[in-house]
Formats: sequence, structure tokens, C-alpha cells
Amino acid sequence: MIIIKNGRVIDATGDRTADVIVDDAGAIAEVGADLATPAGATELDAAGCIVAPGFVDLHAHLRQPGREDAETIETGARGAALGGFTAIVAMPNTAPCMDSAAVIREVLDLGATAMCEVVPSAAITVGRDGEALSPMAELAGLGVRIFTDDGTGVQDDRLMKRALEYSVGLAPATGGAPVTLAQHCEVTSLSAGGCMHEGEWSSKLGIPGQPAEAEELMVQRDIALSRATGARVHFQHMSTGRSVQLIRDAKAEGLPVTAEATTHHFTLTDAECASYDPVFKVHPPLRTEADVQAVKRGLADGTIDAIATDHAPHTQSDKELPFDQAPPGMLGLESALGLALTELDLDIAQILALLSWNPARIAGIDDRHGGPIEPGRRANIAVLDPDHEWTITGEAMASRSANCPYEGKTVKGKVRHTVYEGELVVIDQEAQR
Amino acid sequence: MKHLLTLDDLGADGVREILDLTDTFVEVSERQIPRVPALRGKTVAWLFYEDSTRTRLSFETAAKRLSADTLNFSVSSSSVKKGESLRDTVETVSAMGVDAMVVRHSSAGAPHRIAGWTDASVINAGDGRHAHPTQALLDCFTLRSNLQSFEGRHIAIVGDIKHSRVARSDVRAFTMLGAEVTLVAPQTLLPPCLDGWPVKVSHDLDSVLPTVDALYLLRMQKERMTEALIPSLREYSAGYGLDLARAAQLPQHAVVLHPGPMNRGVEITGEVADLPRTVVLDQVRNGIAVRMAVLYLLLGSGVDLTTTGAQ
Repeated sequence: MIIIKNGRVIDATGDRTADVIVDDAGAIAEVGADLATPAGATELDAAGCIVAPGFVDLHAHLRQPGREDAETIETGARGAALGGFTAIVAMPNTAPCMDSAAVIREVLDLGATAMCEVVPSAAITVGRDGEALSPMAELAGLGVRIFTDDGTGVQDDRLMKRALEYSVGLAPATGGAPVTLAQHCEVTSLSAGGCMHEGEWSSKLGIPGQPAEAEELMVQRDIALSRATGARVHFQHMSTGRSVQLIRDAKAEGLPVTAEATTHHFTLTDAECASYDPVFKVHPPLRTEADVQAVKRGLADGTIDAIATDHAPHTQSDKELPFDQAPPGMLGLESALGLALTELDLDIAQILALLSWNPARIAGIDDRHGGPIEPGRRANIAVLDPDHEWTITGEAMASRSANCPYEGKTVKGKVRHTVYEGELVVIDQEAQR
Repeated sequence: MKHLLTLDDLGADGVREILDLTDTFVEVSERQIPRVPALRGKTVAWLFYEDSTRTRLSFETAAKRLSADTLNFSVSSSSVKKGESLRDTVETVSAMGVDAMVVRHSSAGAPHRIAGWTDASVINAGDGRHAHPTQALLDCFTLRSNLQSFEGRHIAIVGDIKHSRVARSDVRAFTMLGAEVTLVAPQTLLPPCLDGWPVKVSHDLDSVLPTVDALYLLRMQKERMTEALIPSLREYSAGYGLDLARAAQLPQHAVVLHPGPMNRGVEITGEVADLPRTVVLDQVRNGIAVRMAVLYLLLGSGVDLTTTGAQ
């Protein structure tokens, strides 16, 4: 058993000071003031800390199967636990791709012993090639609730419309739960060859750019297709001001759309690329200061539902290339909370909504993650110290890779303990296995 | 100064210093034995990740006239094909004890990365669309020889600015020295965003011609058509090519430059290419002296240049 004492408990239902007791079956047993420590229970002092539902990352690249030199499910989940996440949605751009029951089963299997729940997404199209639909009903039957070709967007309009139509009728496979198609919005005929945001900096640096409209046109298309089909669309890593506005309008219209923004898209701008260091290369690219501000406004007003990491580990040798030859992506799991608390001028409860209960709902795992801290719930809990100052370094992270774009940056706010299914996986900022 | 990655490493004063130093090396190049011992014992390596004949020959001649040893790492035929990473290649060449690496790469910023992995001086001999500082220096030297000064002078750069490292470095150099620059190109061949560029833009070459002191023509690459950036080379030549009729609109004193190799009949007709005001061969000649000045500044400062290297 575990007792978390004297913490400030914040969840979707409110904010109070209480002790929390977790039983040996991995459930929350009791929540209340001044609870007696049960015999044999591990006692954690959470004075000055916040006790919250564990975080949920809608967007993590775990590289397994295929690139175990960059990350494994085990190491990715360890980093996630250190970052306060109790569930992470694994992106399907593995090798082989997560487009078949066999690969989804492998990921579930490897995830079973991980330090957080590894929730597989699956590809919309076979091989993420954008040509034929993956066996969506079969994969939904294995528990997949998010389909995405992340790394690329589904380019063909008709195919995307078919996928959305098909997704509406998957209730027999899911027991009635809805599925969501998550889109990496990028019209490749406009972005091809582009390695950073197209604008003032790309023009100056001579690095081929990806224009903002490459993202915005696909956001616009998928809003139209959601309207036409009634299907749920989740917009991944929104990076431009106009994308945010398009989603704001779609939500006002009542369409079933949701959106995420990554920590780097509200923290960094394309000016970073002047170093020519590919650690700043990411898709969608870092945008302008105006876009950063628009993403922040979207997070503040609820247009953007969730903070995602787009954790994308790459080996040192893969990043030790010229900017245009290096693969896109940066680490994110362990720095997310600190960056959110440091960079966003929002209530702590709002930040926790963006990190926990909103993404839990989008991922379809809100029966076990992101729920209120109350008896009977699964014990997936993050205990965080909002005032703890620390300096981010890639080498110190649990990831097999170290491609961290915040090297040397000091932030405020760190996860102290993480409870996953009743197990103390992180104690005092240390992973327990 | 350790590296020459862009002209910002030099600044306006540094550029002037190189141009003054180049005068000395022009004189050295005109000697009966055009060689000085300034860099004797120094080793300069070529890392050319992209085909280049003229820039490489120019650097090689410059190094030899300074008595440096040269080492050619023929990248395209060896290590890259064997899968060696850029960093491993650089560290390997470094371990051979080179004093400078002259780098040509198709990726913007590659020399910046390389500079972080070696103790040698890195000289950018062209990186992607980004920069070609020694080309800009030789262009400046050629212009200064013809126009005496840059203050108040008007230089038009014509053609594919978007993909051109020469244009980026020339804009920086010419404006740094006080000239006014106009970019003349179809909108599709301009960089997507010119915020912060101290230039004017025109789509009308004919109206610009009578106002310039120098016209800089860029090489028009044939593959730009397949990217739908221009309808055809014919249409490009009609709007932006320099023929005799257009050349006649230039002021008497104005010169025509081109980084080479020229596409006769596309951006410049054969007749114009052979006019006395077209100073392309002067650019080539000056290129050697400028590169001697750069190598000397980075590797040999303080060495006496009055003695001959022939003994």
C-alpha cells in the first residue's frame, strides 16, 4: 500500500488538500484529510506538491520495433514515468509499421512490463503509404482507438474521406467506444524538400522551407471531411496561427474535432535553426514567434485540447548530419511538465487538464487515466513539485537518445513521484526499475 | 579569425582587409615564379562533397602559390559511398594533421557543423543555397578594380536568387561595403521572404539596366523548369537574358559579372559574353589571389611576403 500525505490534490473535479491511499490491487482506496498511515504502507510526503491524475501523452515515438538503438518501449516508458506520464500513445511509424495485428500485439506485449501504459495507435493506411486502408476493425478489436499515419499525412482526399467514413462504423469491434483518426497535417507537394519553416529565417539561412499553408490546407480539408462524415478527427502537433484559428472555428461549429500542441511549438521558434544544429529540426517545423503566441492562445482558450510531446528520439550519429540530411524530431517526455509550467501563463489546473484528463479522453483511456482522484479509480497518479527548479540536459534523460533541444535551459516544475497501476515507478525523481 | 563560414565572420573591415591583401597576391601572381613560402609546412585539405571544378582548381592553385601542402579527400568517390558519417570523415581528416579544410557541400550549414568537430580552420567553399564567401570576395575585388568604390554604386543581381549561395553572399558583401542592390528575377526565383534583406526587387530588367554600375548574372539551371518555377528557358531568356540590345542600355562604364559556368544563350548571349565589359575571366583570375589572401589570413599571418618561394 502507499499513502501520499499532505499534497494538494487537483483533478477535473477540483482542488483540495488531502491524503491519498493506494491499495495493493492498484486502485485508489481512500482520499481525505489526515488519514492514518495503514500498517506497512509506503509513506510519501507530498507537502508543497500537487497530486494529480497521471499524464497522458497522445504522441510518442518509441522506435520499437525497428530502431531499438534510438529508443525502446522500455526506455521510452521509463522517461515517460519520470515525466509524470502514466500512459503514452505510441506512434505507428516503426519498422515494421504498426499496421497489422501482429505488430500491434508485439507492442502491447512489450508494453505490458513497461513503467507506464503503452497505448498503441495504428496506421490508417497499410505501410503508411497512403494507398490502402489498414485492417481498422481488426486493430480496433485489439484495443486501438487512435489511427494515424503520423510522420506523414494521408495525402489522397478520397482515401481520407473513406477512412473517416469507415471509422464511424467500428462500434462492433470496440464495444461501442469511438475511434479517432489523428492527422499529421502536411500537404507534401508543398512541403517536399522543406527542412524548416519557410520564411525569413529559411530565406536567410538557405535551408529549404516548408510553408505554413502546407499544414493549414490539410487542417482545412480534414475539417471539411469531418463535417461531411461526422467522424472524429484529432489534429496532431498544430504549429501555425491559422491552423489554430481553423480549429477554433470548427469547434464553434460543433464539429467533433480535437487538437494537440507540442511543448516545442509553444517554446521555440525557427530562429533556433540559425545554429544549423539538427536538434532543432522537427516536423512540423518550429515556426515564428507569432505562431508560438497563437498556439499559446489556443491552449489558453481550449481550442487546443492537449499538450503532446511528439517525443522523437534519434541516435547521435543520425543527428550528426547536415541540417537537411538529419531526421526530424526531438525528445520531449521528461521536459514537458517543466516547460508547460514555465512557458504557459495558465492556472495549474488548466495545465493539468492539457496534460492529463483531456488527452486521456481523446485517447479513449479515460476509464483508467486522467480520472478524478477518488476511491475506486485506478491508481495512476503524478506527484509534482511546481516550484522545483532544474536544468534540462539530454544526457541525464532515460531515453536511449539525447536529442534534446532545451539543453541547459532552466525550468520550474518537476515530477517527484509517479504511481502507475498502484506501483511506485518513480520516487523522488528516480525511476525504480 | 579561425574560420571563414560566412562574410559575417569578417565584417566590412575584414572584407576590406582581404581586398587590400588581395592586391599583394595579385602582384605575387604576376611574378615570373608566382610562389611565396608563406604557408610552407601547412597542410590544406579539400573536402568537396559536391562537384566543383573551378572553385577547387582556384583554391588548389592559391594553396600551391603559398607553398602549402594539399591533401585531397575525394569524398564523393570514397567514404560517403562506404557509409561513413560526416563527423567521422572530418575527424579522420583532422587526425591527419591538417591546418585548414576547404569544404564544399550541398547542404546549407554543413561547414558550420564541421567547424564544431575539428581544430583546423574551416573555409566554406559553398554550402547549399546558403553562402559562398570567397566567391563574394572575388566579386568584390573585381568590382572594386572596375568601379573603385562601392559607396553609392548600384548593382543588380539577376536570375535564380532563390537557390543561389552566390547571391546570398554577394548581397551581404555588396551592401556591407555600401552599394545599393536590386534583385531582378521572376517571383518564383526569389527567396520566399526578403524581410531584413537591404535590397530592392524588380521584375523588369529593362527598366533597371540604365541605372546600374554593375550587372551580376546568375547561372540559370535547366532543372528549374521541371520544378515549375519558370515556364521555359526561352521565356526566361526573353525576360531576363542579357543580349546585345539590352547590353546597349547599360551605362558606358557598367560591367557584367557571372560566377560561371555560363549558359550562353540562356542568361547571357555569346556576343555579350565576349564583350570587353564582361569581366568573367578577371573574376577567375582574381579568385586565385583572393583565396591566397584568405588562406594567408587564416593560416599564415605575419609571414614575410617579400621573399620568393623559388629557392
